[in-house]
Amino acid sequence: MTGMAIATRIRRRIRVPTLTGTGTREVRFAIALLLPAALVVFGVVIYPVGRTLVLSLFGVDSAMPGHYPFVGLRNYAKAFTDPAFYPVLWHTVYFTFVSTALELTLGIGVAMVLNAPLKARWLWRSIVVLPWALPTIVDGALWRWIYNGQYGALNGLLSTLHISHTDHQWLGSPFLALNMVIVADVWKNTSIVAFFVLAGLQTIPHELYEAARMDGAGPVRSFLRVTLPLLRPSIAVVLILRTIEAFKVFDIIYVMTGGGPASGTQTVAFYTYQQAFSNQLFGYGSALAYLIALAVFALAMVYLRILRQGAMAGVR
Amino acid sequence: MERGAAPSGAGLPRRDLLGAAGALGLSAFLAGCGVGGSGATGAEGSGKGTIRALFMKQAGYSEDDITKMTAGFHSANPGITVKTEFVSYEALHDKIVAAAPAGTYDVVLIDVIWPAELGSTRVITDVTRKWPEAWQREMFAGAVEVPRYGSRFYGVPWILDTKYLYYNDAHARRAKVEAGELDTWDGVLRAARAIKAAGVTRYPLVWSWQQAEALICDYAQLLGAFGGRFLDPSGRLAFNIGGGVRALEFMRRSIVEGLSNPVSTQSIEEDVRRIFSAGQASLALNWTYMAAQANDPRQSGVAGDVKVLRTPSGPGGRPGVNGSMALAISASSKQRAAAWKYISYLVSPPVQDRYAVSSLPVWTRSYDEPQVIRANPVLVPQAKRQLGDLIARPQVRSYNAVSQLLQSEIQKALLGQKTPQKALDDAAHRAEDLL
Amino acid sequence: MRTSRRYLAFMYAMAVLMAVIILAPFAWLVISSISSPADLVSSHVHWLPERPTLERYRQIFTSASGGDNVAGDFRVAMLNSLIVAGSTTVISLVLGCLGGYAFARLRFPFRRTTLMSFLAIYMLPPIALVIPLYLALSGLGLLDTKLGLIVTYCSLVTPFCLWTMSNYFLSLPPELEEAARVDGCSRFGALVRVVLPLARPAILATAMFGFLLAWDEFLYSLIFTSTTNSKTIPVAIAEFTGKFSSDFGLVAAGGVLAALPPVLLALVFQRFIVGGLTAGAVKG
Repeated sequence: MTGMAIATRIRRRIRVPTLTGTGTREVRFAIALLLPAALVVFGVVIYPVGRTLVLSLFGVDSAMPGHYPFVGLRNYAKAFTDPAFYPVLWHTVYFTFVSTALELTLGIGVAMVLNAPLKARWLWRSIVVLPWALPTIVDGALWRWIYNGQYGALNGLLSTLHISHTDHQWLGSPFLALNMVIVADVWKNTSIVAFFVLAGLQTIPHELYEAARMDGAGPVRSFLRVTLPLLRPSIAVVLILRTIEAFKVFDIIYVMTGGGPASGTQTVAFYTYQQAFSNQLFGYGSALAYLIALAVFALAMVYLRILRQGAMAGVR
Repeated sequence: MERGAAPSGAGLPRRDLLGAAGALGLSAFLAGCGVGGSGATGAEGSGKGTIRALFMKQAGYSEDDITKMTAGFHSANPGITVKTEFVSYEALHDKIVAAAPAGTYDVVLIDVIWPAELGSTRVITDVTRKWPEAWQREMFAGAVEVPRYGSRFYGVPWILDTKYLYYNDAHARRAKVEAGELDTWDGVLRAARAIKAAGVTRYPLVWSWQQAEALICDYAQLLGAFGGRFLDPSGRLAFNIGGGVRALEFMRRSIVEGLSNPVSTQSIEEDVRRIFSAGQASLALNWTYMAAQANDPRQSGVAGDVKVLRTPSGPGGRPGVNGSMALAISASSKQRAAAWKYISYLVSPPVQDRYAVSSLPVWTRSYDEPQVIRANPVLVPQAKRQLGDLIARPQVRSYNAVSQLLQSEIQKALLGQKTPQKALDDAAHRAEDLL
Repeated sequence: MRTSRRYLAFMYAMAVLMAVIILAPFAWLVISSISSPADLVSSHVHWLPERPTLERYRQIFTSASGGDNVAGDFRVAMLNSLIVAGSTTVISLVLGCLGGYAFARLRFPFRRTTLMSFLAIYMLPPIALVIPLYLALSGLGLLDTKLGLIVTYCSLVTPFCLWTMSNYFLSLPPELEEAARVDGCSRFGALVRVVLPLARPAILATAMFGFLLAWDEFLYSLIFTSTTNSKTIPVAIAEFTGKFSSDFGLVAAGGVLAALPPVLLALVFQRFIVGGLTAGAVKG
């Protein structure tokens, strides 16, 4: 492909007509803008990321350096023959989809509320910041406390409202416990979604709503026709952000259930932690970590495709 | 190529994938030399200089105790400076493992279940040659076992602990239960039925049966009482035969009968203490630390009613679970000689006797010292008898993985998803590959 | 913008519902933090504590740090967290704005690959990176220092700042910059004077995100810090609870205090983004 062809193609794709004379100046400017970020990020992580990749190819079973056998991709293959891995993967996928779906739906709703011309907006907004500001460690401990089957507030509330007087064991059976952990996660993380969507909402010019109203669209139709399509970039960002976090979920599991009951809330990241740290199977743990990264990457790609956000949102 | 870079979206251009893979390969190359290589190797050192020690917070000796002990060591050994650090028990193992290759610490506190793992992964060093012959006679047999893996010693026992049976005397009296009945596990169940029938507590028993190591501690104690074994003499897993199964059947039965609080399967030791201290349970198994806290009116609603007994016996005897801890030297320590001096000082009888309020000594002789008896008059007489009879969890290299499997399967049996026999068979079958 | 009354009433109803759902658990946290230990474990839930106590807050504010009483460490941890999270946010945000602009508006080879590599870094769980990072920090003498944490956190937060800012810049109409450039502004000048002011809502959201990511981070901090020198809030709170000792009330008090600074920060910044980007700005 000739330079001319590239230039014409780029000009077609980028709406900004070039004002600068030459491309090289632009490239140099881009490098200057990006270099600090690249140094800060890759300077720190290149060694750990590379080392983990190397470890995943060896049968490393100790934190100490030493001579370990090269096993190729066998650590990766092991995950798929490990009978404990499939339930763990299922919990993670379930957790990821249910929690991100709920956070996204509720988050858009909360953002609409925060964007509405209500009085005391600052108050509503600071209320929404609250759960986000609570450290996950505390969030997990709080919900574990609320769910407690002996003296928890949830049973207390149901009893006070005369809905149910039995002592429910909210974290006592595997599937229920997984769902209850999701509730705790959604309560905390919906705020993140809400704030990113709110930032997106604020870029939508009011004229578009006016125009929609002129066409006779009610609030629901103008939400579906105007708001949602224009929110696509924000939704893409926040969806991928939450997916990455949810797929790697660790802290809240560690605090709330320790993976129990009967391994019902064990997730891939928690399992990886056990393999790598508790059992010192660093080779296998590293392979699991890369599998997590691959899975998240694949999911991100699917989302971007669905939302038609370019090969990667953030670059047109 | 024109088509490769898809316009406005959809799909991932090949060039980008190649680029990303290249970047990853490059970073792997940069980090590559690491897997092999010599890495951190330790040395005896001069016996002088600065050493760093890692302890835990909130249990056994307190941070202030250890600071005072260290000050005592400094004045006896002017050539050595010790820097101490404290982390919670939960963070201890991970900290030791993460710090191992960097050689941050010289002395580390380890739990009884770690010597096999940390010894065979070369995180801590073999100190068999430094061990004085006399210690093996003067310490409790259970203490000597703590840092031992095979025929090697990987540390020195320091904190000795096991689980005792706690009961609420006021509850027992209301249900007309005699303390003597609590001498056997069958008696405990009978007492629990009586307490429940008398309406004193809805669930008389509470346990730390969350999917965590705490579950294995309770299970080990019951397994011992019912005459089971974790490993048979040939080293194969045997908890799915005989006493191991009966122990789990006992646990499940206590839930089905409504004697054990259903919250037990989501509880660790602290939850047990809270429920017992709130008077919502009449009987509980817990570590030494609960004796002081459950009888402290500021922290407990049942202070004064709490009594401590040895663990009840079963057909197989009454071993208590060995929940002790030891001091070890990091394999990457360059100051092994100084580290050993420090450890020897901390475990010496005078130091242990002096701080007996916080943690009971490892030396048999200490339990006749007035200073030690005075420190904990309720517990010391029971401890003296109980600490001579401890059951260890299996000392195998992959203990943590075996324990995780066992926790998961035991929970399945407790929740009624599997029969105890099936759950333990499954655990044994899968854990066999890990040994 | 004219809004129908019914719509407004509906929004108020939703706002109240939202506030109840958010505030109820939080209120329980506050109540627990001032309940006596006995009230906390009573089998009948006391919605209001019988003997409210501020003892835990007193402990946190008056105990000496570094001693037996874990509550004393909390104050220092709070300061550590503020420094670490604050520095991380500022650094990452500046880098993110500069780099994000490059991704959104400039064309250069391997643009997508570069952006993707940044983001892919974050997809690896920290468990995988913690030991090699520990080794590296140990070699540089940065273990148990705030600087070590800042360096680590910047590498986590920057990719997201880059990405979110780049996304936002893309959604801004390019005509505005062009106008500025026609008026004689340099590219950099246009970025600073025109683009950044317009991006205030996104900058705030991104700053909040970066700050709270660093504020909340647990695993790295747990492994990399060991004394009050650098211990952060989540680690200090984790020490309130464990195998041998835990008082949920103390965790709750720590949680309440830990939530305050981010909320106050959000309130302060709130003033700068009221209304956000209005349609008027687009028209220029």
